[in-house]
Amino acid sequence: MFGRIYNLVLKEFLQMRRDTYARFRLTVPPLIQMIIFGYAATFEVFNVSTTVLDLDHSQESRELVSRFASNGRFRIVSIAQNPDEVRAAIDRSEATVAIVIQAGFAEELRKGQSAPAQIIVDGTNSNTALIALGYVDEIVSTYAQEVGQDLARRLYAGQPPPPQVSIEPRPWYNPDYNSRWFFVPGVIATLTLVMVVNLTSFAVVREREVGTLEQIMVTPIRPLEFILGKTIPFFCVGLALTALVAGAGTLWFQIPFVGNPFVLLLGTSLYLLSVLGIGLLISTVCSTQQQAFATNFFVINPLFTLSGFSFPISSMPAFMQWLSIINPMTYYLVVIRGTFLKGVGLAVLWPQMSALAALGVALLAMSVLRFRKSLD
Amino acid sequence: MNLRRVRAIARKEIIQVWRDPRSLMIVLLMPLMQMALLGYGVNLDIKHVPICVFDREGSQQSQSLMKAFQASPYFQIVEADRDYEAVKRAIDGGRCKMAVVVPPDFSQDLAATNSASVQTILDATDDNTANIARGYAQAVVETFSNDVQTQRLQSMGQQQPNPPAVAEYRVWFNEDLESRDFVIPGIVAMVLALVGAQLTSLTISREWERGTMEVLVSTPVTRMELMAGKILPYFFIGMLDAALCLTIAVFWFEAPFRGAVLTLFVTTSLFLVVVLGVGYFISASIRSQVGASQIALLVTMLPTTLLSGFAFPIDQMPPPVQAVTYLVHSRYYVTILKAIFLKGSGLSDLVWPIAALAAYALVVGILASRAFRKTLG
Repeated sequence: MFGRIYNLVLKEFLQMRRDTYARFRLTVPPLIQMIIFGYAATFEVFNVSTTVLDLDHSQESRELVSRFASNGRFRIVSIAQNPDEVRAAIDRSEATVAIVIQAGFAEELRKGQSAPAQIIVDGTNSNTALIALGYVDEIVSTYAQEVGQDLARRLYAGQPPPPQVSIEPRPWYNPDYNSRWFFVPGVIATLTLVMVVNLTSFAVVREREVGTLEQIMVTPIRPLEFILGKTIPFFCVGLALTALVAGAGTLWFQIPFVGNPFVLLLGTSLYLLSVLGIGLLISTVCSTQQQAFATNFFVINPLFTLSGFSFPISSMPAFMQWLSIINPMTYYLVVIRGTFLKGVGLAVLWPQMSALAALGVALLAMSVLRFRKSLD
Repeated sequence: MNLRRVRAIARKEIIQVWRDPRSLMIVLLMPLMQMALLGYGVNLDIKHVPICVFDREGSQQSQSLMKAFQASPYFQIVEADRDYEAVKRAIDGGRCKMAVVVPPDFSQDLAATNSASVQTILDATDDNTANIARGYAQAVVETFSNDVQTQRLQSMGQQQPNPPAVAEYRVWFNEDLESRDFVIPGIVAMVLALVGAQLTSLTISREWERGTMEVLVSTPVTRMELMAGKILPYFFIGMLDAALCLTIAVFWFEAPFRGAVLTLFVTTSLFLVVVLGVGYFISASIRSQVGASQIALLVTMLPTTLLSGFAFPIDQMPPPVQAVTYLVHSRYYVTILKAIFLKGSGLSDLVWPIAALAAYALVVGILASRAFRKTLG
């Protein structure tokens, strides 16, 4: 048994060594993708384009506008002269936020009456709008507080200030709310999924197309031995590719790694088993490379979109959360983000590790069974 | 180009599809399934953030603050802890995204110095959720603070001063800030990209599988004619799929639709041509030119989600990456769909993305017709 597996593994490695173009094809595109996606995947919001309509022209109105200008999150792109221009700027997506201050703003503010300026936000992208609103609220409520304190000083001179409860946020593991720290490990997990599923499914299907699979089938090799003989070399290649992409991404984007590298290595190995299982399973269902391509597309996109890479699983409806139980990437994201940023070990990650192991074994077993059928 | 030959190929394809009800079922059911999966799963709304509370004081005032958090629809208290170790375990294990810690001298401080603070520990590994949760927590505490102020003033028999409201907020186009409204059009684009790839990939694959490739190569049909004849029937199936997806988006997921059906029809057909062309290109070149097909694969698979502006705003990307997004076909369709759905834009507003899609269709058409080699080697 081991002799036959050894021979198959040897054959795969020989084949890879002779395919010089493959080395380029396997390494360069993932590295480019790592860099591009690392930059692209962010929910952070800077330089929100803002238009201003100031009909009051008072010190107060200028003060409020200047706080937006100096905050760093907003960039004032235009000064509107009338409400129509504000509407046009937002309609044409030239501005995401508009600050509209009516005449009489300062006067009402001084009298202690509510003097609402209007802040219009384009809600088309709800997430950007929500975050922009958060920054708007920070600026406006700070300003309101200062105005209120001024007012209180004048109205209730000599009395203690009104009681105030404030909040003291302590962001753990990522003190600057840096989006890259969250997404770069996620991109590593994604690229591993795409690379390894494509690699394995295409390799086996190509053998079927070229006809070398028939040659293997007439040898005394058993399905389990065949699957193992394919798994071992692709596991090694997958691990090397993941290490390459992870190393490049971590160094380029300067992502901290606070955990235990061996925990990550264990998690990555278990993840690779499941991902290889998916690739092999696809290859047993498809008879041509074109089919394999379409099936990969069909399988990879939902796996990745529903993994918690960017859309939080806790916001999904209950039955979708149940479905994520069979998604290996969901577990691996917890493992890779946990080891990179939180530095947690097996004591915390054991449920994810065992789930990955179970999924890997199940998927590989299924491809052994399917392969036996396709031998007929 | 000989239209008779195009028609012959198209007719042959239609007969083939018709006689293979299983693959027809797949082609019609698949977009349904993907729409359901992604439509329910893709959601950026942050509600019911799981939090834990650690009340170190246990006074009446600290309890009422906890109640305020409990009442907020944005938070869900999943555990109450008794020490920092438990808080750390809950956050490390991912059970809680935030912890509210009330200091032991909270109400004393508030009474004596008129100012007190509440600590919120955030799991900032997910910076977006953390940032938004912080905003919600801020709002809860602000309301609480105002209530305390009102009570104090009332007990002193004073009138409450007018709260200095400085600004009011208006959200346009998506008043409730539902992420669904802006995500659903993007999902339609993604599903159509998937379906297009699936549809055309089968057509060439089938010829190889059944051994009819030899026959096809020996006919006088040219590469252009073959491509046109193969894409045409799938264009109609694709339009059916598109209608299905868009119907689900509007009637099932209730995405607001403010544009004109004609605009939608024109742009969707254009996008479908591009998507089918890319699918045809990949399947025609996958055997002979592994490199070219790999590049096409790379351009379609992940960028459809990551670089199309579907989830991540393109204007927040660094300029070189923004330049790369111009190569992604779904970028234009996502822009178009969002504009038609949410802003009700018409054809005249969408001249640029439509022109870009048309140019894309042209380039893909030329590449795809050339990718098919009339050889068996």
